[in-house]
This record gives sequence, C-alpha cells and structure tokens, in this order.
Amino acid sequence: MSAEAWTYVFVGATFALYVFIAARTRAGSTGEFYVAGGGVPPLANGLATAADWMSAASFISMAGIISFAGYDGSVYLMGWTGGYVLLALLLAPYLRKFGRFTVPDFIGDRYYSKTARIVAVIAAIFVSFTYVGGQMRGVGIVFSRFLEVPVEIGVVIGMGVVFVYAVLGGMKGITYTQVAQYCVLIFAFMVPAIFISLQVAGTPIPQIGFGGTEAGGSTFLLDKLDGLHRELGFHLYTEGTKSTLEVFCITLALMVGTAGLPHVIIRFYTVPRVRDARASAGWALLFIAILYTTAPAVAVFARTNLIESVAGKPYDERPEWVKKWETAQLIEFDDANGDGLVQYVGPNAVDASGAPIENELIVDRDIMVLANPEIAGLPPWVVGLVAAGGLAAALSTAAGLLLVVSTSISHDLLKKTFKPGITERQELWAARIAAAAGVGIAGLLGIYPPGFVGEVVAFAFGLAAASFFPAIVMGIFSRRMNREGAIAGLVAGLAFTASYIVWFKFVVDEPYDVPANHLFGISPVGIGAVGMLINFVVAFVVSRFTPPPPAEVQELVSSIRTPGGAGEAHEISVS
Amino acid sequence: MSAHLPPDVDREGAAEREARLAAYWRANVRLVAQLLAIWFAVSYGFGILLVDQLNAVRIPGTGFKLGFWFAQQGSIYVFVLLIFVYVRRMNRLDARFEVGE
Repeated sequence: MSAEAWTYVFVGATFALYVFIAARTRAGSTGEFYVAGGGVPPLANGLATAADWMSAASFISMAGIISFAGYDGSVYLMGWTGGYVLLALLLAPYLRKFGRFTVPDFIGDRYYSKTARIVAVIAAIFVSFTYVGGQMRGVGIVFSRFLEVPVEIGVVIGMGVVFVYAVLGGMKGITYTQVAQYCVLIFAFMVPAIFISLQVAGTPIPQIGFGGTEAGGSTFLLDKLDGLHRELGFHLYTEGTKSTLEVFCITLALMVGTAGLPHVIIRFYTVPRVRDARASAGWALLFIAILYTTAPAVAVFARTNLIESVAGKPYDERPEWVKKWETAQLIEFDDANGDGLVQYVGPNAVDASGAPIENELIVDRDIMVLANPEIAGLPPWVVGLVAAGGLAAALSTAAGLLLVVSTSISHDLLKKTFKPGITERQELWAARIAAAAGVGIAGLLGIYPPGFVGEVVAFAFGLAAASFFPAIVMGIFSRRMNREGAIAGLVAGLAFTASYIVWFKFVVDEPYDVPANHLFGISPVGIGAVGMLINFVVAFVVSRFTPPPPAEVQELVSSIRTPGGAGEAHEISVS
Repeated sequence: MSAHLPPDVDREGAAEREARLAAYWRANVRLVAQLLAIWFAVSYGFGILLVDQLNAVRIPGTGFKLGFWFAQQGSIYVFVLLIFVYVRRMNRLDARFEVGE
C-alpha cells in the first residue's frame, strides 16, 4: 500500500474515533459544557491536558526548529515544560479550590471589579484566537501535503470534526477526545523516533541515542554534528548564538506564558478535588515530557541525516524526498556557482582561499518532522501515522482554545456582565453558538492566514505572561493586593508588552528588528518576561497607596488557600 | 474526609483554628519556595547562566556536554519529579494540618 493510502486509512480511522467519542459524551448542562461536570479523573485530565497543550507547533515545528537552532532551541524545551511547575505549585490547586468556570471568573471575583473581568475576557479571547488560526493552518497543511487535497478543503474537514465534538460535547466531549488524541499523537511521534534512533544510534531509546555514538562507529553523534557544522560554516550545534540575557528572557516569557494560558488553566477546573488538580499537573507534564525529551533527539538525527544526504552531493542524484518537498516549494535549490553540486553551508563558510561560499539550498524548518520518515527510508505506513498525529495535535489544541472563546462569551460576557438574567438553557445555547462561530472564524483564519502567524505566537505568550500570570499569583499569595493595584499592573504590563511587540513586528521594517535595536537586546519573543516584572512592580506600588480589599475578598483568599470545603473556611473568618 | 477528623478538632477554638491554618500556609509557602529554587537552578542556572562552565564537563560515557544536557533533557526530568514531590508533600501537609478534603 502506498503512503497516501495509509494516510487515508489512519486519518479516516482516527477521525471516526473522535466523532464516535463525541457522540457518546454530549453536554447537557453548562457545568458539563464548561468543566465536564467536574468529574474527570486526574490521570485522564493529565492526558487531555497534554493533548490540549501540544499543538501543531509542538508536533510539527519544534523538533525542526531545534534541528536548525541547536542549543538555542532549548528555550522552547525548557520554556514549554517549566511552565507546568509554576502551574502546579502556584496556580492550579488554588484555582480548583476557587471552583468557578473560567479565568476571568477568578480575576473578576478576586478583584471585585467588572473592569478587571472584561480586561481578562478580552485578553483571553485575543490569546486564544491568535493561537487557533495557526492550528487550523496546520490542519490544512497536513491535508494538502499528504493527501494532496487543497488546503481549503482540509481546513473545512478539520472544522467539521471540531464542530461535532466541541459544539455538541463542550468540555466533556473535548476531554475524552483529547485523551484519544494524546494516544494518537504520541504514538505517531514516537514510532518514527524509535525507528530512526535504532538506525542512527543503534538503540531504541532516542533520549539515550543522541548522546551515544553512531551505530557501528566510535564517534559521538553530537561531536560528529558539531564537526559537520564547523566544516560547513554553521555555528556549533551544542552552543548558542543568542545572548545569555535573551535566552533567559525568552525561556521565562514562555514558561510564565504557558502557566497563564487560559485553555490550559481551565483544564484544572475539571477534576473533582484540589489534590487531583495537583496530581493532574504532574501527569500532564510527564506525558508532555515524553515528546519534549524525544524532540531534541529527533532534531539531532534529522539534522545529521539531512546534512549527510545533501551537502556537497550532485544535485542530479538528490534523493526522492528532496524532489517531493521541492514540488511543495519547501526545499529550494539555486546552483549559484553552476558546479552541479549542492553547496549547503552556513554564514561562516569559506573556501580554501578564504573567500565566502554562497549557500545554495534553503530547507523549510517545518518539514523536518514530516519528512523524517522518508529521509530515514521508513515504511509507508509510518508516513500515514505521522499525518494522523499532526492532525490530532492541531485539532486537540484548537478545540481547547475554542472552548475558552465560547465560555468567555456565554459565561463571562453574557451571564456575568451584560445579561445576568438568562437561564442556564439559554446560556448553554449561547455557548454552543459562540463555539460554532469560533469554529467558523478559526477556519477563515486557517484558509486566509494573516501574514503574521509566526509573530502572533510571541503575542499570545507575551500577553499571557504580562497579564494573567501576575494577576492570578498575586490574587492567591497576597491578601493585600487590591482592585486598584491589580488593574494598574494588568494595564501597565499589557500596554508595555503589546506596544513593544507591535513596534518591532508591525511598525518598523524587518531589518530594524535586530538585537542592537532591542531593549537590552531582548527580542519581542522574550519581552513578556519584562512585561511580567512591570505588572508585579506597578501592582505592588499602587496597592500600597490604595485601600485594602473588602473583608469578604480577604476571606475568599483565605478560603482558596486550604483544600477543605468552602463552608469550613467561611466559618473561620467569622471570628 | 471531615467525618474522620479526630474529636478534639471539633472542640478547637476559632483562634487555634486560625493559627493552624496560618501554620499550614507557611509550611506550604516554604515547600513551594524550596521546590522553585530547584526549578530555577536546573533550568536558568545549569541550562542558561552556567551553561558554558558546565559544558566543559561531559557526562561520562556519552557525547553530552553537561550544560547542553541540562538545557535539553535534565531540566525537563527534574521538572516532572518536582511536581510529583510537591503532590506527595502537599498531601502529607494536608493530612498533618487536617485541611484535606
């Protein structure tokens, strides 16, 4: 069977599975729609959170980015995992104890302010939409490259599947579909990784393999890769090119942003008890770590394979997979010196006389994971599996994000702000309609992507880091933090971060967006770390000069600090 | 859980109760601070600030430079462990201060 036939089989089978699960888990109340009725076991929530979190970017792009960036790619590995430690230790248990439906719920109640709630709703919707467009695009790309259907049709099929389980099932449908999607995506990521590790390093465990020697040789793979990089004029793979401060700030912004992303936080509202919220953060990170510790190994194998199969080889004898990706215009070759050989070199490459050599091959980073099975010559069914895995990663994240959008509208804006009189049935319908509209907008963003998909990711993390994380942490750990302080901090953090990113990404020309022009050399991706600091400092200072929060809010803080029942905590504060 | 509370808890006065919860919160914050110190050390410390110094050392028998390994592998393993240690220790604190569910 051809790779394409296998892809139809795997994609068809997994889509049927998702729809089947959705049909069995329809939400009948707002509680089921928003938080799956609050009865999800911690292990299942861990699996669902892992799928929710790992997007098309984690599955398709991350190993490729690391493959080209080497050590500098560590910012994604540490940033997108370390955030779970913050989430588990500083946020999840307390938010679970607080026990409402959304993140703006907490901000609005804790800071006794409709303004704060609305700022939080706008930030939540903005963050979620910036993210979801990228997921739909990922769906379209997988369809177009593996099944050779147009991107638009791919997006529409993906929208249809998400529609069925997100709109009908709400959080309940999403949760159990995400459990299935985690299994699909991790299997699809690990199978080729294990195959390639066996081939290249002679061990089935990629995490060990990339620190070992090449199969049948005595050179360590990392030494070999560093050697190839030096020879071809790239920076050393195991050493970075970014400044220490820049690496520090990007890692911090990604970690704190991860902990502040609403679609991840709301997953912790779905478990029955506070101790389950703690445990499910542990399970979630364990399941995420399986992919995240494999990705750097895949990066090393893929990088070595790529260099060895193209660099310095005659163009006419290029492998079959190169031709295929050339058709998709993701590999481009231009024989600058006309010698018929592929000069694949880095910026520091010089020839024997010391003259610079021109690079002739451009390889898109996103193809590394998708092309990996072909580069390594794996059987065709592995290719189909990878396609199904990429779709699982994109769809699971898209559904979680759409749920945030729909609850923000039906719960935070309608029920809690503008139309408090609506019945639960009306609220549930509003949530469904908002989810359906969200699917539609997400699909449009996927079919007609704005030219700045890459830039908006910096936006999503930067804004989450500069807004939600400090506001929630201060709301739990400081009884004295008040409305005035929190709103001032939110506004200062958001305004600083947003204007910095907008300035460098949308106002000035691209050549101006270089370290020399950045504040302390911190790029827009890492500026959320500074925005977070500004938020903390402004909030602290303003709160000292304004009245403390009312007694009932201080009681609320006391109550969320202990896992036991809310009634008990209220009793104490009466004294 | 509350059904299993020892009988003296029922007789506990409001002041004692407040003191007990305050002590629980202090123990909680201390634990979180300790774990976050480790979280910072393995990622920002070993993986970023000290990466060049640690890269002078190799993990014996492998091609891993130590700083590079912490940045791409070690920090993640430690993160997972930290959360499970937190879960265990918090469950024990909950029981000790009788604040569990």
